[in-house]
Amino acid sequence: MDTILLLLHTGPDGGLTRAARETVAAGQQILRDMPGASLVAGVVGGQVQPAIEQLASSGASRLLAVEGPAFGPARHATDAAAAAALIRSAQATLVLAAGTSRWSRALPAAAHRCQGCIDTHATGWAMVDGSLAITRWYYRQRMEAQLRRTPRPWLILFDPGIFPPWDGAPGPAQAQRVEVDADPNLQRTRVEGVQAPAAQAQTIRPDADLLLVAGAGWTKKQADGRAHVQEAEALLLDFLAKSRASLGSSKSLVDLSGEGEAVLSFLTHLNQVGQTGSTPRHPKGLATCCHGEEPHAVGWRFIHERRAINLDPGCGWARGKADVLYVADAFAVLAAVNARLAQAAPPAPGTPG
Amino acid sequence: MTSTGYNIVVCGGLAPDPLQSLEPAMGPSGPALKNEMMLPVVLDPWASHALYEAAHLAGRIPGSKVWLVSLGHRGKLQQMMMTVAQKVPFELVAIEGAAGGFTDPAETAAALAEAIRSIPGLDPARLLVWGGWESATRGAGVTMALVGERLGIQDQFQGVDEFKVQPDGSFRILERVEGGQHQVSICTGPPVLAGWATGSLPEPRNNPQIGMQNMRSVMPALQKARTAKVGAEGVRFDRITLPQQQRATRVVKDLSPDQIADEIIGWIRQP
Ligand SMILES: Cc1cc2nc3c(=O)[nH]c(=O)nc-3n(C[C@H](O)[C@H](O)[C@H](O)COP(=O)(O)OP(=O)(O)OC[C@H]3O[C@@H](n4cnc5c(N)ncnc54)[C@H](O)[C@@H]3O)c2cc1C
Repeated sequence: MDTILLLLHTGPDGGLTRAARETVAAGQQILRDMPGASLVAGVVGGQVQPAIEQLASSGASRLLAVEGPAFGPARHATDAAAAAALIRSAQATLVLAAGTSRWSRALPAAAHRCQGCIDTHATGWAMVDGSLAITRWYYRQRMEAQLRRTPRPWLILFDPGIFPPWDGAPGPAQAQRVEVDADPNLQRTRVEGVQAPAAQAQTIRPDADLLLVAGAGWTKKQADGRAHVQEAEALLLDFLAKSRASLGSSKSLVDLSGEGEAVLSFLTHLNQVGQTGSTPRHPKGLATCCHGEEPHAVGWRFIHERRAINLDPGCGWARGKADVLYVADAFAVLAAVNARLAQAAPPAPGTPG
Repeated sequence: MTSTGYNIVVCGGLAPDPLQSLEPAMGPSGPALKNEMMLPVVLDPWASHALYEAAHLAGRIPGSKVWLVSLGHRGKLQQMMMTVAQKVPFELVAIEGAAGGFTDPAETAAALAEAIRSIPGLDPARLLVWGGWESATRGAGVTMALVGERLGIQDQFQGVDEFKVQPDGSFRILERVEGGQHQVSICTGPPVLAGWATGSLPEPRNNPQIGMQNMRSVMPALQKARTAKVGAEGVRFDRITLPQQQRATRVVKDLSPDQIADEIIGWIRQP
């Protein structure tokens, strides 16, 4: 009989993060299709009681926790030790976790220590001949495979956004403590905190409904023979402030900054979408001044509705990569869009004017 | 410590040139790419960033040395070396074995860790094991972590964009985390494992002199490459499919910016 362990780390407040609640939903769905299996939750964090109480109605038959100041920060050594201890303690055959940066860093080692196997970036699941199969992408989102594994425990990290987050009622609950020795060897690394990139605006918003992609065209010579980088900056920032969209970029545009050219000051490699960038998830995406070449467009795999603005009717977007291509000057279009957004709503408090 | 400087071992595999179109094919020993042997290859992009960053650090700290450990078919490795060897100085450690996306990262990691262990004179007290945080083939982000695990390296960092040596010898490391932010950590010193994202260095220009110097070790390394059995034990692929790529693109050519703006606003507002 399978034992499904939901491996969860808390947020800074000791509660369940959205990613953790998605994992709970994953476990509940899979459990329904695995007669006789049981669900166990294992939580890691500095303090876990808020999370444990949130799990009261999750359907988990056991609640386990590794708790203490050493397990607050996201650190490989302590996280891997905590995760391995929870997997052993639960005697898990299947381990479900969210593909957060924290678990992605630590769980391969935990799998190894439990003589198990691991898959990351899972995007779906199915039961095939009575056994669990997952889907994931290969070659940077170019092909999708369905696969199964025989060794156990099998650790599966689901990408964020695959399951609707579970939102059950909290209640009184206690976890069984699993002791892990956080000896000094595991604490050679000290996590100082989190910092936003040295850019003027926080432009990456994973929860936004819209992804706006800026391409190198914004910095290129325009019809008047000159580049208009400052104007481009103002238009893009204005759009982001008014629409609350997330900002993506092509590689060419972020690379220009490394080569010392005039570029949009708020862009970093973190904004880059594509083969060597990110593959964000948003319901809609609008590409501007970006050619839509394959190494860029593979990063759009999880953008459902796609539109593009480009002067070139033969650009990559026209060749089946976007639903709509507007053959137009993005400077003029974005200015007109911004004017309409300004009419529609007063600026949100705290947004740069 | 009798000598100073770091031993920087960079793990970097092969990836098909990203401009190629790829198609899966079922072979006798599991899935592969159609015409895999014919596809031009590059050094896996995030691993190349690791290599450039390694060379940059080694260039600043006297006594440091860079190795590049790479698993793949000999001919493909040689082809990849034609471009990479001119970039930065390193010594190649080649392993002959399967290197596609459908092999298991645990098996790849076992082969890489074994090769690293057999590098003569490697000093764990000065060891930095670097690579890309994810490959362009499997994209799992598992291989480097398991190499570190097999080598007993507890301090591991993934999605690294910055790695600074501080005056007291500790490292200040920036890793990518959610929401376009970086986690900042301080680690007391080697051994450390880092899976790099893009870092901050541009691709170095080709330098034929570095190429000639590297090639002296590259050819012998390719000749004496050990063979490793790398597959996907215990994995069963039910199917591999290419996604429906083509959308029926509506190309809008004769609307004014205002008309387009109206359309876009309407679209953005649709739930
Ligand atoms: C190993 C490797 C990895 C790569 N990884 C990535 C990756 O992760 N992400 C990525 O993006 N690329 C990646 N690339 C690069 C990719 O192949 C393209 O070179 C890149 O995406 C092009 O960026 P771009 O479209 O912004 O620039 P360009 O190709 O320069 O296109 C600029 C576009 O702007 C348009 N334009 C100019 N002015 C205007 C205007 N006023 N209004 C409207 N349109 C205008 C032009 O018509 C043109 O289409 C990779 C390449 C390699 C080899």
